[in-house]
Amino acid sequence: MKKPFEIRWHGRGGQGAKTAALLFGDAAMATGKYIQAFPEYGPERMGAPVQAFNRLSDEPIHIHSGIKKPEVVVVLDETLMKTQPITEGLGKDGILLVNTKSTPGEIKATYGLKDIKVYTVDASGISKETIGKEIPNTPMLGAVIGVTNVLDFDRFMRDVTEKLKIKFRNRPQIVEGNIRSIKRAYEEVA
Amino acid sequence: MKEGWKDLPIGCTIEKGGTSRDFKTGDWRSERPEFLKDKCNNCLLCFIYCPDDAILMKDDKVVGIDYDYCKGCGICEKVCTAKAIETKPER
Amino acid sequence: MPMKALTGNEAMAEAMRQINPDVVAAYPITPATEVVQLFASFVADGLVDTEFVAVESEHSAMSACIGASAAGGRVITSTSSQGLALMHEVLYIAAALRLPIVICEVNRSLSAPINIHCDHSDTMGSRESGWMHIFAEESQEAYDSIIQAMKIAEHVYLPMMVSTDGFIISHCMQRIDMLRDKEVKDFIGKYKPHHSLLLTDKPYTVGPLDLQDYYFEHKRQQIETMMNAAPVIKKVGREFGEKFGRYYGLFEEYKMRDADNVVIAAGSAAGTAKAAVEEAREKGMKAGLLRIRVMRPFPHKEIANALKDKKIISVLDRSDSMSTMGGPIFVEMKSALYDIKNHLPMCNYIYGLGGREIDVEDIIRVFKRGEVYKEKGIEKKIDFVGLRE
Repeated sequence: MKKPFEIRWHGRGGQGAKTAALLFGDAAMATGKYIQAFPEYGPERMGAPVQAFNRLSDEPIHIHSGIKKPEVVVVLDETLMKTQPITEGLGKDGILLVNTKSTPGEIKATYGLKDIKVYTVDASGISKETIGKEIPNTPMLGAVIGVTNVLDFDRFMRDVTEKLKIKFRNRPQIVEGNIRSIKRAYEEVA
Repeated sequence: MKEGWKDLPIGCTIEKGGTSRDFKTGDWRSERPEFLKDKCNNCLLCFIYCPDDAILMKDDKVVGIDYDYCKGCGICEKVCTAKAIETKPER
Repeated sequence: MPMKALTGNEAMAEAMRQINPDVVAAYPITPATEVVQLFASFVADGLVDTEFVAVESEHSAMSACIGASAAGGRVITSTSSQGLALMHEVLYIAAALRLPIVICEVNRSLSAPINIHCDHSDTMGSRESGWMHIFAEESQEAYDSIIQAMKIAEHVYLPMMVSTDGFIISHCMQRIDMLRDKEVKDFIGKYKPHHSLLLTDKPYTVGPLDLQDYYFEHKRQQIETMMNAAPVIKKVGREFGEKFGRYYGLFEEYKMRDADNVVIAAGSAAGTAKAAVEEAREKGMKAGLLRIRVMRPFPHKEIANALKDKKIISVLDRSDSMSTMGGPIFVEMKSALYDIKNHLPMCNYIYGLGGREIDVEDIIRVFKRGEVYKEKGIEKKIDFVGLRE
């Protein structure tokens, strides 16, 4: 039984951290993985800090406890960096991915981060340009794959495209915007 | 001889409807109403008020009391407009 | 087989949709709300032929289910926690009238203090109601078990509940290998009720007064039915496996063959315990897990047989029996093991009340304590995991 690959998402209520975890899990499953996706359970309040989680594995996942030592932490809202225990449980090779206009170096310096790999992408900016609204969770899916290589990006895109086409079958421009946002974040993440 | 547990139908059921007919409540009675046919004016209040459907009818007329089910509550005597029912001690 | 990413609640609702029951009467409650909500949308969308009865309480929900089932319908409902507690008196009626109703249950603690998270005190409170009960470890098993439960219940004419751990499973999305609608339909088959109130040419009396002269015989008959239920549960689990590749028994043994240090658990913690077994074995312990799947009827003989040569048994309970004798599974285990020849050292750990986290490390500590108890005897018969002193 191998330790599953674990991701923790930080966001604010309403930003789509839970949805991101669900979308990511669903897409990972489509590439052949066993998955778990679950929110931090509690009252849902707009704007309050929330967490969501993913486990991915090539074999069935039995563990049902919370995730304490994730491989990856994704931050949908940089302002959470100051107040939330963002890097808790991240090991030496842990990956921190932040939605921000800043560079990884700036983030490391600002928050005094050592021993972890920091990646940044302007997911909010990308979503505004491609989708027309600030929906950072969608491009962030591309960025996560970009920095982890945990999923096959082409298979992932095929699955996401198919699902978006079903969901927004009367609004093709939304499908197009979402797909472009994911691709751009996948390419721009640094 | 009543059935043992192996012979009873499933689910505490009785295999027919209308089973309350088999439950003769007449032996609960300590006082019995007696019907005085000559005084009766067929107002039918006793029939309406009887809680146990124990007023016997024939051709829309009261003909007597069904002692199989009459519990002797005495309501029929109370509502009777012609003093055609008299309650007497049972025995 | 169609593969879907579903939460536990979604998986339960999908199983209900595929069963396509005649009647669902339900009152939604956290954390099982989505089961009813999704099913109501299936009704509204015309995906099922079900008569959905929105009721004003769980007591009414179960009462309506009983009426519908006595009328000869195939009936399912869903509830959790306080809802199951409010159903309590009617649960006994469903069981004694031998009405094969299925409950999609989500385990949640009981008030007070008020709490919406997982523990097993709700379904444990229904242990003596005459319902059969399966603790599902995760959503795939919950989905598969509801389909099996419908068939089992209608075969033995007893109601059955299948429960998942609230939030931990009910709100966790995972991969579910679904059956096709037709496969479910064929597997459960056509329901043949033992009586039907709607058959007016065959009238029968349901629920008559039953005093000193018959009550005892009727109860004895019910006891016999529960005794005969276990083989049916096994048979249906095996048949399900033969058809769809996933086998289910009365309980699950994980790395038990050479194990001497055994943990007993039910629900999602049993999954976490599997990871703990692996790690404990890496540390040199002969660790194993026996997962309680069927809680009612309690498979006491089979469990005693599976444990007879083990050296230490640690029972994990996600509720307490308030009997001062430990948690309900521990109490049952002691009864189950009383009649075997050698005395088995067994201790109890209460964990996870009100949703308190339990992780792999917690269970490894239980195995470690087992190693000590194996040599020196049990020091603490009943202890607590994850509790602040």
